[in-house]
Amino acid sequence: MSEQKNYLVGIFNDEDVLLDAVHGIREKGVKIEEVYSPFPVHGLDEALGYRRSRLPIAAFLFGMTGTILALSTQIWMLGFDWPMIIGGKNHASIPPFIPVTFEFTVLLSAFGMVGTFFIVSDLKPYKWPKLHDIRCTDDKHVMAINLGSNKLSKNDISDILKKAGAEEVNEKSY
Amino acid sequence: MQVTSTLRETLVTGGKSVADVSHDISRQVEGKPTRSWWAAFGISLVLLVFGAYSCWMLLWHGVGVWGLNKTVGWAWDITNFVWWVGIGHAGTLISAILLLFRQRWRMSINRAAEAMTIFAVICAASFPGFHMGRLWLGFYWALPLPNTFGSLWVNFNSPLLWDVFAISTYFSVSLVFWYMGLIPDFAVIRDRAVKMGHMTRARIYNALSFGWDGAAKTWMRYESVALILAGLSTPLVLSVHTIVSFDFATSVIPGWHTTIFPPYFVAGAIFSGFAMVLTLLLVTRKVFKLEDYITIYHVELMNIIIIITGSIVGVAYITEFFIAWYGQVDAEYYAFYNRATGPYWWAYWSMMTCNVISPQLFWFKKIRTNLMATFILAAIVNIGMWFERFVIIVTSIHRDYLPSSWTMFHPTIYDIGQYIFTFGLFFTFFFLFAKFFPVINMAEVKSIIKSTSEKK
Repeated sequence: MSEQKNYLVGIFNDEDVLLDAVHGIREKGVKIEEVYSPFPVHGLDEALGYRRSRLPIAAFLFGMTGTILALSTQIWMLGFDWPMIIGGKNHASIPPFIPVTFEFTVLLSAFGMVGTFFIVSDLKPYKWPKLHDIRCTDDKHVMAINLGSNKLSKNDISDILKKAGAEEVNEKSY
Repeated sequence: MQVTSTLRETLVTGGKSVADVSHDISRQVEGKPTRSWWAAFGISLVLLVFGAYSCWMLLWHGVGVWGLNKTVGWAWDITNFVWWVGIGHAGTLISAILLLFRQRWRMSINRAAEAMTIFAVICAASFPGFHMGRLWLGFYWALPLPNTFGSLWVNFNSPLLWDVFAISTYFSVSLVFWYMGLIPDFAVIRDRAVKMGHMTRARIYNALSFGWDGAAKTWMRYESVALILAGLSTPLVLSVHTIVSFDFATSVIPGWHTTIFPPYFVAGAIFSGFAMVLTLLLVTRKVFKLEDYITIYHVELMNIIIIITGSIVGVAYITEFFIAWYGQVDAEYYAFYNRATGPYWWAYWSMMTCNVISPQLFWFKKIRTNLMATFILAAIVNIGMWFERFVIIVTSIHRDYLPSSWTMFHPTIYDIGQYIFTFGLFFTFFFLFAKFFPVINMAEVKSIIKSTSEKK
């Protein structure tokens, strides 16, 4: 371990108290490293000042790749590589190619987006996550404040956390 | 920010707290399987083994072991295929379409319904697979892979090939959607295992949860992914049964060549799917004591969907008849006349009774909030929907253009065995799921506990 990191960990019970607390604590100039919750809390991302996720853009790009790939493959295979007359239609007749194109678009879009999600969120089966408090997957919201990146003293931050409604404030060092 | 009303219907009864949710749902996974679980699992395995014998006989001797003949070349295999695919549709409707409509009652039923979708699609896919005779060559024949015949490519003009793409996309996207929902819940089980000191279990569930930690940033991305997946799955689920209906609708067989098929098949799929969801959930809530999460209110809402889709199906049946008369095409007219009054009249009227008449009982609040009545009517709907596919498929082809080819279809023991195989497969998967995976989406239910839990 290169250098020791000291954390103050605030435990919150209620999601609405947590939301108000995040607003209040950030207004006082305290930097929150991350909040861990057992379920998605609506508005928490905005309160923490996170930018909107760009995953939908990834989904769109993967989807477009699927559309182009599926359509061009079908046109090339049936229209140019081995042209066949089927039901008296043109070799490369577009309407019957639409179902497969649609399905392939959805397939690439879904898999591409989920794959991107795993990569950007650093989720992998062999990773053991560092949990500040194990109750964060059960029923508590856990706010982690890295003391190293804050100017205020430990006691000041601890007071702010308690005033904001934290049930417990624990100190953790890694 | 999303603003929701504070006045909400009660979706979780019994005054549950967030911690209660973790405990009530994870308990099934952590405990030893009960005796009733072993009994049910054992029966499923027996069905599976008998069915596997039928499959083996089919692979060894060829498709001739089935009761198909040269007039009726499609019968139980495709009936069962369409029936299982249809059942799968309710899972995606619940998880994707109800998510887009922000229907929060979906949250305690979506996990099991999606599991049902995945297992039902596996069962469905087994029929065209086995019908090919050489299952192991299926991928080679059905996918556009380079081959030594030219390459002679697959026919992209064929609805059967569209089906290959539709079903496989549907299966894989549903699987991903379902698994995404499971990730935070696996982390709950992991952390409970750590607290209890079961480190092996903790390691397994950690790998399954991909090292989930519940960070706000991950949740934000996660919600974004869930929303887009729902947006992708909604047209996907509608396309799947539309394409299944194209298998018939794009042909020129009287009785199949019907433009009403796509919406009619989709409504029928959702109809039968909800009946199967109810069948499974009524048992699951009882066995796992989840009455506080899957309430009578949930059952009632599902019954309302059954009555709506059942009535759409009823209108479609009548429309088909009207068009057969109004179109004044002899062959078309005969196909429908024969359907209702010919040698398969009993199948037709079973379908009508089970799908159109009996679900109308759900107009009575007493019946749609009664669990026993729901269970029986759901079973009747599933029987009716099986007959619907059988009627459409077999009655349309058993009277061929030449009266000398007129015949009937008689299933052999291997037709029945193949159907039983899929029941064995479905329930084996479902019981394994119910034992080892959390059957209710804990993270989603926790998020609505504050606003929709019954106060003590």
